[in-house]
Amino acid sequence: MNFNELLPLAVLASSLLPGLLIFTLPESWVGLRTALNLFGALIKLALVLLLILGVQAGESYGVHFAVLPGLDLAFKADALGLLFITLSAVLWLFTTLYAIGYLEGAPRRSRFFGFFSLCVTATMGIAMAANLFTFFVFYELLTLATFPLVVHRGTEASMRGGTTYLVYTLIGGAVLLTGIIWLHHLLGHTDFAHAGIAVALGSAYDGQLQIIFLLLLIGLGVKAAIVPLHGWLPQAMVAPAPVSALLHAVAVVKAGAFGIVRIVYEVYGIEFAQALGLLLPLAIFAAVTIVWGSFRALFQDDLKKRLAFSTVSQVSYIVLGVALFGPIGTIGGLVHLVHQGIMKITLFFCAGNYAETLGIHKVSEMNGVGRRMPLTSIAFTIGALGMMGAPLTAGAVSKAWLIDGASAAGMDWAIWVLWTSSLLNAAYFLPILWRTWFKSVPKAWPGEHVAARGWRETAWLLLLPPMMTAAMTLLAGMYSSNQMSPLSWAKLIAEREYLHEMIIRAP
Amino acid sequence: MMVWLILLPLLWASFAFLLGPGRGVWLAMAGLLAQLWLAYALAEEIVASGVAEHAVGGWGAPLGIDLVADGLSAAMLLLTQCVALPLAVYASAYFKRDDPAATYFWPLVGFLLAGLNALFLSADLFNSYVTLELLGLAAVGLVAAGGGAQQIASALRYLFATLVGSGAYLLGVALIYGTYGTVSTVTLTPLIGAGAPDLVWIAGGLMVVGLMLKTALFPFHFWLPPAHGGAPAPVSALLSAVVVKASFYLILRLWIGPFSSLTVAANLVVWLPALLGMLAVFWGSYQAIRAERLKMLVAYSTVAQLGYLFLIFPLLVSAGALQAVIMQVFAHGLAKAAMFAAAGTLIKATGQDTVAGLAGVAERLPVTLFAFGLAGVTLMGLPPSSGFLAKWQLIELALSQQYWVIAFVVLVGGLLAAVYVFRVLRQAFLLAPAGSVVMPVPRTLEWTAFVLAAASVLLGLRGVELMQLVGIT
Repeated sequence: MNFNELLPLAVLASSLLPGLLIFTLPESWVGLRTALNLFGALIKLALVLLLILGVQAGESYGVHFAVLPGLDLAFKADALGLLFITLSAVLWLFTTLYAIGYLEGAPRRSRFFGFFSLCVTATMGIAMAANLFTFFVFYELLTLATFPLVVHRGTEASMRGGTTYLVYTLIGGAVLLTGIIWLHHLLGHTDFAHAGIAVALGSAYDGQLQIIFLLLLIGLGVKAAIVPLHGWLPQAMVAPAPVSALLHAVAVVKAGAFGIVRIVYEVYGIEFAQALGLLLPLAIFAAVTIVWGSFRALFQDDLKKRLAFSTVSQVSYIVLGVALFGPIGTIGGLVHLVHQGIMKITLFFCAGNYAETLGIHKVSEMNGVGRRMPLTSIAFTIGALGMMGAPLTAGAVSKAWLIDGASAAGMDWAIWVLWTSSLLNAAYFLPILWRTWFKSVPKAWPGEHVAARGWRETAWLLLLPPMMTAAMTLLAGMYSSNQMSPLSWAKLIAEREYLHEMIIRAP
Repeated sequence: MMVWLILLPLLWASFAFLLGPGRGVWLAMAGLLAQLWLAYALAEEIVASGVAEHAVGGWGAPLGIDLVADGLSAAMLLLTQCVALPLAVYASAYFKRDDPAATYFWPLVGFLLAGLNALFLSADLFNSYVTLELLGLAAVGLVAAGGGAQQIASALRYLFATLVGSGAYLLGVALIYGTYGTVSTVTLTPLIGAGAPDLVWIAGGLMVVGLMLKTALFPFHFWLPPAHGGAPAPVSALLSAVVVKASFYLILRLWIGPFSSLTVAANLVVWLPALLGMLAVFWGSYQAIRAERLKMLVAYSTVAQLGYLFLIFPLLVSAGALQAVIMQVFAHGLAKAAMFAAAGTLIKATGQDTVAGLAGVAERLPVTLFAFGLAGVTLMGLPPSSGFLAKWQLIELALSQQYWVIAFVVLVGGLLAAVYVFRVLRQAFLLAPAGSVVMPVPRTLEWTAFVLAAASVLLGLRGVELMQLVGIT
């Protein structure tokens, strides 16, 4: 086994092995557990960096094992996969740091971090899967590994959230599996390839392929929280804050969105999908989700619930970008995969800080919180402005490319959808910012757990991650033309996915 | 080699009876280890050089006894020994030193395994009957060995079922012998054509229905939940994991062997077992979802999982069907052994056999709960696990024949399994109520269950060799 085969496996192992070791550690071995967590996260980052450099230089990384005759567990690290891998690996490091701070002194930490590492392993597997079979294996592993995290607190409320999550994801998984096996039956394989594999079947199978697409979309749409399959996401906000970060930014909803990207570009092929008339319904579903999610967010007083509905809306930006036929929309969608992740994780980190430090769970309790927790609130503000698409933030880049993509594809109604959503975003985020910065400080906070010490408004492990991701939100917005920016990477992918010579101009 | 697979368990069973459970256990372990090696070597030999035959004492059929092992037999032998060894280790820690049940446990398990191994190796219908009786009586003895009134009652019910089942089978064999003058499967296969006399149809019907009764296929499952739910955990594990599969194996053998022309001639016949299998999936899952006792839940899950095996009959004409069903047999065998073992440990620790009493065990017995969860993953057919590979193969076969209903049942059955598995896990993840006591349990109990569960999952990452073995006929 040579280096190029070993590297993808090493990326998987860098979280799998520490995770399995952590399961066996006694609760009290905090030092070793923390060391293992960080060691795994840093090694993974280093390996991912190696992959990025290699892929930019035109190397290809892949490995496969036969599971059954004619059925392979296959991995590859291509440009599209790396976009997701890099996002998850970077955010995993921050989430791990945050979780260490968040769970300090809490019970059952070995179990928590064990499953946490399994989740990231599953995400890496999803990103590097080279066929639908492998994708499904890790997609379901992700479901199984997140369940114990969602119910981590062991209360009845968390059980209800966890049960809802399972009902949605397991049924979605069964539908997805049906589609995958059907496709496998027709094609004899399900390997991802540029320009798709389904086109090889010929026009007699068009009807079947349309049904299969629907099955796959339902299965993936559950995790991507597409309306009307989004019901689990607001329920799952009972989970601890690091888990919410995992669900909303690092792993779960992204896995669904990423799956849709793979299906459209590398199973069906964008042009064949357009020819089959699949993209317009997909765009409509995405548009409905974007507006409905933002609309529902308006009425949530619970901060995490408001953020959850915001995720419902924002993840479908990715889907909308994919569904816009043309490279510009593709770039907008792909870059939003990354941008949504760093912005939303910032918001959830901050929400966790408010809850852990001051006991604030509701928007109506946030009056004047900016003066008590300025750094957290600055990070929150940056994240919220990014979500609205304010200039200089990552969100602005996404939105500009999406709008351009929509007009290039001749779908002007999609532009209206995006503007409507931006307005609604402003309508549910600006009141929060208003309360945070301009309302007076109340006499007592709902439940102050951590006292301020100098500039440290809360524990530094809780403070550092949101500040870093907020900074990344700004950097991705201001230096979008840099060679290592998410935008440049999205352009690279789009160039490879569209076979035609298309000139990709800046908006 | 094949003879030793039958003689070894008989030997250690006899010694265990004479020496008592103390030293007898060590002898049994040594014997089981040797059996595992023998089964593995046999499988290797078959892969290398094809079907293995052996005439006992140099006397071949029709006078003597022939032992034949093809890929299917070798796979079943391998599964049996793979499950039996960890369960024996489990049992050695499960029974207390002076437990009267242990006195009978080891000899009976030896006879049970001898019966199983002989059944998988036998090449004629009558020998199969003999081994079936040996197996059935040893199994009834094991259920009764607990000694409680309820266990005796369920053992009697089990005895009744197994005797009626093998009686029907024997009657069928007699009719076949009367018609063709032979009971050798190899000789019979070309003799029984599509135009066979009615008597042969009746014989076939009797044999298959008798075996269905012994396999506890819905609606003949009435005896299984009390027997498997009431027996000591290592016994339940062994019965659910391999013993019920033995009679299924015989049905499969008859179906693709002597009766193959009959089943092709009457192609509606294939839907009868499949229909019962579907009903079994739904009914077993429904009862498992409702069960209040943990072991009853696991036992009803067996009823449901056995249903999947019978879905294969309409699909047997396609290549790969045998592989799919053996994958399911392995998946369920390993996972159910693990699940009963884990359930036994949980019951020992909490002191009560209820699902409701499990609150808080996730924290106290993480290894056991993990084992239960992994076994559950296999039963649900979620990846990565052998259960998933079985499900994948079954659905793909069903799609290739356009039998949508089978694919549908497999998918829905997986979801129903998720309901009862997560019912247990959910309860276990709850915070322990104040004042609940979880007694310490031996580590051996925890880890043997884990090993079995891990095996059921890991097989899902590498099924190529097993599939290759099964393909050798």
